[in-house]
Amino acid sequence: MSLNSRIPSGPLDQKWSTAKKEMKLVNPANKRKHTVIVVGTGLAGASASASLGEMGYNVLSFAFQDSPRRAHSIAAQGGINAAKNYQNDGDSVYRLFYDTIKGGDFRAREANVYRLAEISANIIDQCTAQGVPFAREYGGTLANRSFGGAQVSRTFYARGQTGQQLLLGAYSALSKQIAVGTVKQFSRTEMLELIVVDGRARGIVTRDLVSGKIQSHLADAVVLATGGYGNAFYLSTNAKGSNATAAWRAHRKGAFFANPCYTQIHPTCIPKSGDYQSKLTLMSESLRNDGRIWVPKKKGDTRSPDQIPEAERDYYLERVYPSYGNLAPRDVSSRQAKYRCDEGLGVGPSGLGVYLDFSEAIGRLGQKVIAERYGNLFDMYEKITGENPYQVPMRIYPAVHYAMGGLWVDYELMSNLPGLFVLGEANFSDHGANRLGASALMQGLGDGYFVAPYTVSNYLAQGGRVKVDAGAAAVKDAEKEATGRAEKLLAVKGKRTVDSFHRELGNVMWENVGMARSAESLNKALKRIPEIRDEFWKNVSVPGTGAELNQELEKAGRVADFLEFAELLAWDALQRNESCGGHFRVEYQTPDGEALRNDADYAYVAAWEWKGEGKRQELNKEPLVFENIHLATRSYK
Amino acid sequence: MKLTLDIWRQKGASDAGRFETYTVEANEHMSFLEMLDVLNQELIGSGKEPVAFDSDCREGICGMCGFVVNGVPHGPVDNTTICQTHMRHFHDGERLRLEPWRAAAFPVLKDLVVDRSAFDRIIQAGGFISVRTGSAVDSNAMLVEKNKSDRAMTNAACIGCGACVASCPNAAAALFTGAKIAHLGLLPQGQPERTDRALNMVAQMGKEGFGHCTTIGECEANCPAHIKLEAIAQMNGDFLRAVFAKREESAGGGAG
Ligand SMILES: Cc1cc2nc3c(=O)[nH]c(=O)nc-3n(C[C@H](O)[C@H](O)[C@H](O)COP(=O)(O)OP(=O)(O)OC[C@H]3O[C@@H](n4cnc5c(N)ncnc54)[C@H](O)[C@@H]3O)c2cc1C
Ligand code: FES
Repeated sequence: MSLNSRIPSGPLDQKWSTAKKEMKLVNPANKRKHTVIVVGTGLAGASASASLGEMGYNVLSFAFQDSPRRAHSIAAQGGINAAKNYQNDGDSVYRLFYDTIKGGDFRAREANVYRLAEISANIIDQCTAQGVPFAREYGGTLANRSFGGAQVSRTFYARGQTGQQLLLGAYSALSKQIAVGTVKQFSRTEMLELIVVDGRARGIVTRDLVSGKIQSHLADAVVLATGGYGNAFYLSTNAKGSNATAAWRAHRKGAFFANPCYTQIHPTCIPKSGDYQSKLTLMSESLRNDGRIWVPKKKGDTRSPDQIPEAERDYYLERVYPSYGNLAPRDVSSRQAKYRCDEGLGVGPSGLGVYLDFSEAIGRLGQKVIAERYGNLFDMYEKITGENPYQVPMRIYPAVHYAMGGLWVDYELMSNLPGLFVLGEANFSDHGANRLGASALMQGLGDGYFVAPYTVSNYLAQGGRVKVDAGAAAVKDAEKEATGRAEKLLAVKGKRTVDSFHRELGNVMWENVGMARSAESLNKALKRIPEIRDEFWKNVSVPGTGAELNQELEKAGRVADFLEFAELLAWDALQRNESCGGHFRVEYQTPDGEALRNDADYAYVAAWEWKGEGKRQELNKEPLVFENIHLATRSYK
Repeated sequence: MKLTLDIWRQKGASDAGRFETYTVEANEHMSFLEMLDVLNQELIGSGKEPVAFDSDCREGICGMCGFVVNGVPHGPVDNTTICQTHMRHFHDGERLRLEPWRAAAFPVLKDLVVDRSAFDRIIQAGGFISVRTGSAVDSNAMLVEKNKSDRAMTNAACIGCGACVASCPNAAAALFTGAKIAHLGLLPQGQPERTDRALNMVAQMGKEGFGHCTTIGECEANCPAHIKLEAIAQMNGDFLRAVFAKREESAGGGAG
């Protein structure tokens, strides 16, 4: 199938205004006759629901948490980028665009990224007007900090709780619409199936997580803003409930899955402490503004860090990348940490850790300033490890963090299934093979506030949909699939817990599909994953019934989907015979260990098409055309 | 370390519920919830129903987790959610009693899981600033004193977990509601709706069945987001001012 990305023609900086000009509008009086389903209340979903509701559409909003305010976006720490150039340090829309394309290792669509950079400033204004308490200077203007992969200071923040504050802003706008009745909220409700009628997305099937009731909801368009799939690795910085189910179910109904192998491993997380570990905790990249990363120069140096003199420390990021230093992008920094630990220079009990040291910054700026900038992160570190980072350096190690891949969407954020829109981390569109810090929040809110309201309207205005009857075969079949799957999971009555399967899958993924991948390791994973999946369906133990609050059943459904999705991730990684961004194939590297891209053969988006149970997905390629920037080898030296 | 846990078990909203006793082997590096994960894995292994409890971020920010340990919401570590509490704060042989938030406005759904949707409805009543998408002015067009903005942030940090209600002998939601009123009321953007916000949010608090605040201060002591009682003072001030303002408005209306 050929993919139409619907990128408007014309110069890059006019594409979005041209598109908006040409979009069709829905008559104000007709808006409330259109129902739009939005699954997800993170930054992308909440901002879309609030905006669509405010425009007058009848919005149904879903989340599996007990309140829309608890979506995983709440955990984002460091900040949100915008090309405001408030610092007068040479920032511009073009520079943000260029940094993002380069940061993504030239594997993102130019037009989408440019639009994102263009609307970035509006996002900050919208949030400020909602009462988001961004950090400010003494003069009362907004403050900025720097993030990796950029030489300008364009990151806006609210202490170390930027995601929380942005989400509470979007949640407040959503709450207002719930109060006036344009949005109906369904919390503790999980989407289990997509309903497709005549080739268009027309609804979803959900399970009420309290009563267990399975029910369908019909609409004129369905928006998925369901977040990323990092938990396919079991241990990640994502919230426990983050999952791939909504995206995967849509994929099985025909939506293409793009670039699943692009997974981001974040360099600064608290190392794992034991087998019972349930998740990994991120220490925001913003810490690299003032923290210096190092390992001892000598192998097996067991002295406490303050006993190791300067001359015997290797500040390896500063050494290898003199111009970006500790602010090298995430993929690059993670890989360098892995190299040091592979060389036997890692610190901490497991040898899987490097130091992130603030002593120099505390000496220069004082503890008070550091506490003001990162206080809550330091507290979190101390709560988890029992060590005080004002006194001893933090120990950090890379962990799975973000999904650049996701459902394929065109310029209007619509998937190849008409009527299905995908926003935020759930889509693949803006970050290529590696996302720069503070750009996910920007993208989520950009998609929800400033793109989807136009493009969803444009779709609705074009009509062409018949009314769907609640008793239609497509609806009943989707309900049966959801019910059948839950019954099947409950009926296995095996011996192993859901978590034990999830952990096993996670281990296979981390060892073979993690920071360094090879054809050999990927083939190993591709052999193991189906074996684990087979055993899961024969031997999983899901206690209780489907007609009650049953957390094991919820997890079982998500793990069942991860067990299918993970195979596609590994397969995509095996087919991409190059290294780019977060996808590092050991066979393809430069002599000094940097990613070696192959633009001649792989400058495309891999969009995978479901071909049925037990069959390999089919590859559809969307060539990436770079009209405005020159493909270069990424260098941060 | 070996622990004995008396855990509240309740099948659903209509079940009466009771404590049941379990033992679990933990180590000091685990988080409290990881200790419960271990217990649940064992329960499932021996054919029993695991204990239902809410959690998501496990980083102390989403506000999803929360139950009472030995009478204290979120357990013994001050100003810390239970997901961020680690087992090194407990010792071998300790006996712990785990029960859900107890408040009429937070009905128990199962075991340690409660329904906190009343909080959402309080925010829906007025916890927002009305601004249409796309209609905002440039952020630096309105300067905000750093000190005020910092105080707004301090109040905005509330995670909505409900520990304040669970701590309060009256099951009042004053700290939660006050934090939102203070956050928005400290900012210039929040001024136009300040009167209605205070009236409507306070009224909703009453409708939801939360008790009256008698300034006992237990909420502040247990708040994982460090929200201070000043938030309640701010709410009371705004509420009183709003009541007077409304009186004047209706008096003015009558004269016209
Ligand atoms: C610890 C951490 C820190 C981060 N810090 C930063 C940062 O500083 N800057 C930055 O730019 N990015 C950061 N990120 C990344 C960023 O937070 C996320 O990419 C972004 O918030 C995702 O937003 P979203 O709206 O797409 O999805 P999410 O916030 O993940 O929301 C998903 C929503 O979908 C719902 N959902 C999912 N599946 C279903 C289903 N089947 N049925 C019903 N509902 C469902 C959930 O309930 C939820 O409401 C961070 C990420 C992590 C993990
Ligand atoms: S699980 Fe999110 S605050 Fe505890």
